[in-house]
Amino acid sequence: MDERRLREVALTPDEYRVIVEQLKRAPNEVELGMLGVLWSEHCSYKSSKALLRRLPSTGPAVLQGPGENAGAVSIGEGWAVVFKIESHNHPSAIEPYQGAATGVGGIIRDVIAMGARPIALLDSLRFGPLPESGRHFEGVVAGIGGYGNCMGIPTVGGEIYFEDCYANNPLVNAMCVGLVRTDQLMRARAEGVGNSILLVGADTGRDGIHGASFASVELDENSSERRPAVQVGNPFLEKCLLEACMDLSHTDAVVAIQDLGAAGLTSAVAECAGRVDGAGARIDVGRVPRRERGMTPYDVMLSESQERMLVVVQRGREREVESIFHAWDLTSAVIGEVTDDGQLTVFDSRDQVARLPVRLLTDGAPMRRLVGVAPEPPLDLVVDALPPLADAGATLLRLLASPNLSSRRGVFRRYDHMVGDATVVPPGGDAAMLRVKGTRLGLAMTADCNARYCHLDPHLGAQLAVAEAARNIIATGARPIAVTDCLNLANPDRPEVYWELEETVAGLSYACRAMELPIVSGNVSLYNDSNGESAIYPTPVVGMVGVIDDYAKRVGAGFRADGDFVLLIANT
Amino acid sequence: MKFGVVVFPGTWSDRDCGWVVDQVLGAELTYLWHRDTDLKGCDCVILPGGFAYGDYLRTGAIARFAPVMEQIGEFADRGGLVWGICNGFQVLCEAGLLPGALIRNASLEFRCEWTNLLVERTDLPFTSQCAERDVIRVPIAHGEGSYFADPATLSRLEQRGQVVFRYCGSDGRVVPGANPNGSLHNIAGIVNARGNVLGMMPHPERCSEAELGGTDGLKLFRSVADNALKVLVS
Repeated sequence: MDERRLREVALTPDEYRVIVEQLKRAPNEVELGMLGVLWSEHCSYKSSKALLRRLPSTGPAVLQGPGENAGAVSIGEGWAVVFKIESHNHPSAIEPYQGAATGVGGIIRDVIAMGARPIALLDSLRFGPLPESGRHFEGVVAGIGGYGNCMGIPTVGGEIYFEDCYANNPLVNAMCVGLVRTDQLMRARAEGVGNSILLVGADTGRDGIHGASFASVELDENSSERRPAVQVGNPFLEKCLLEACMDLSHTDAVVAIQDLGAAGLTSAVAECAGRVDGAGARIDVGRVPRRERGMTPYDVMLSESQERMLVVVQRGREREVESIFHAWDLTSAVIGEVTDDGQLTVFDSRDQVARLPVRLLTDGAPMRRLVGVAPEPPLDLVVDALPPLADAGATLLRLLASPNLSSRRGVFRRYDHMVGDATVVPPGGDAAMLRVKGTRLGLAMTADCNARYCHLDPHLGAQLAVAEAARNIIATGARPIAVTDCLNLANPDRPEVYWELEETVAGLSYACRAMELPIVSGNVSLYNDSNGESAIYPTPVVGMVGVIDDYAKRVGAGFRADGDFVLLIANT
Repeated sequence: MKFGVVVFPGTWSDRDCGWVVDQVLGAELTYLWHRDTDLKGCDCVILPGGFAYGDYLRTGAIARFAPVMEQIGEFADRGGLVWGICNGFQVLCEAGLLPGALIRNASLEFRCEWTNLLVERTDLPFTSQCAERDVIRVPIAHGEGSYFADPATLSRLEQRGQVVFRYCGSDGRVVPGANPNGSLHNIAGIVNARGNVLGMMPHPERCSEAELGGTDGLKLFRSVADNALKVLVS
């Protein structure tokens, strides 16, 4: 096999050998592309999966842990909170506005796929220092606002840090929180032989082909040539898609909903089928509505065009479901059906263009056994070596003026944080809180990580991220209930980075177990370095949700009245 | 008293307006779909906030052609109450039911924050529950809310007292520092000459319950409900 071609689809010669061995034949071009995207680090977690199994993910209130579009936790009174955080780092480095916008769009669809209505967004952002990184910063903030504001989902929280190590590798982690009645929680399982597979939403174009593979390599000087691998968002279309999917709750004809994200149709169909033992799917790319002419089956299978969803519908009831999408002027097309042969078979009208075992696609990627080596000597911050505090007043002013500590009002006032009439603790404090309308319940939410701690000690740093998030939730009066995590690291092929990953996961696991907090969803973003250098600090962003039984008892940040006591709790 | 809340594709304040009408005010509520060709007997039609049709081309430029808009135009001509909030204001200007236009904020950025509004008309069905020269706190959330009109239109608006809300300080003083978007004359909301079509950029439906930070918005909803009662009695 041509090495160059393998590199294009981000497969190694070893991986190619495994494919040939398993298939007992050489894959064709379409199959090679499909395997390439699903075996990418981004989709297969081949470097991190073994470690991630160590994370706690169960608890009495957990309705859905990792493995679905998003996690779900019961909050009482028949409601479940659905949430997930996901990275869109690589696209945002190349094209900040669209990268951030489509990151928001993608995480919203993950929540919609669970049958939930998205009620809030949070964003954890990292950039290089200003003003040099102004293009990244401005573009990302505008992209988040541009998408979220148009969707009518409030952006209520998050964090922003500026640090040298993110100059070439900005981090954009978007978190979405949704609500659903527990009895209407959906799961993206392709059940029922003969049931129809519908593709709904946007038409399919050539945008974003190889996006998942692109996210799984280091950025280099040719990265801007990968701009076609960055998708373009259409939040208006997604808003219509959201409302149509909410209207689906009026029918019981829907079996499953699945977001089309990284690796597009290939991933969506394979994942849906992969969640059901023995299930397969037969689809016809000839029936996929297209945005442009001359697209090959390869293009259609790998396109990462945004604002698309897969809907599995009971056989014979397709019209019922299609009429809901048509009411919102959305395209829908029956592109295939569920089978029980365990194969993903792709036709282009009459011609079979690909046939691969679902399991090979979803679980076939050989796990990579990487070696972690701790840095020697370990990084250490000698506190005593810091200069003595000469002028406390001047230092305080400098601290307040630091971009890492200054007010975030300039950013969050560019996000609509009030739409929905539910924001009872607005951004600017510790955690935000939204009320669950029709109940007294309040949902607190936050996303936190201090990566400087993680750089010095990834194990302790990850614990501190969990602790910080928990403190922010508690400071509103709510009780932390569950976590979603986004692990951002550099190239794990380097032993010191893989060590960071090991330590980070161990630290997260330790802290979450100690606080009895299940991690119900998450995402790993590796290869956040450029040209083999300027690696980012390990940045495990912890998204946390908490509940308060009566939001009237919530506590805001800030002093209230003259003469109130100020207490500092715990040791300094 | 029946409120109708218009839903275009891309509208999002429909649910918030509906919530206030139905759950807070306790009035009758119906949603009007953009393709509807009758107004279902509504006494007041609300054009809510959002990005109707994505606000592609220009804010409100596509929405004005929606089938429901023809009925709303006739309804307004008959003296029916039409209330455009945020995107709804933009649609009303595009539809020619109100003069002027909403252009990009002077900051060129989206702004979501609380503003103070000086209420300059209290004789309207939308503001009758406000005190004379009341200062109300109402949040904005828009990227294109800078009110613009040619000088002749502007002076006509001023002379006829069609400016209903003006951005001001908490003390009621209309100063440049209180203007969040560069609107001419700090204009936040205007009414047509007849007094039955109101357009405003701020969101009263976001401040009609104490837990959301304020209840001044409810004064406007109550005014409309109260006024309709009077009409029914008389």
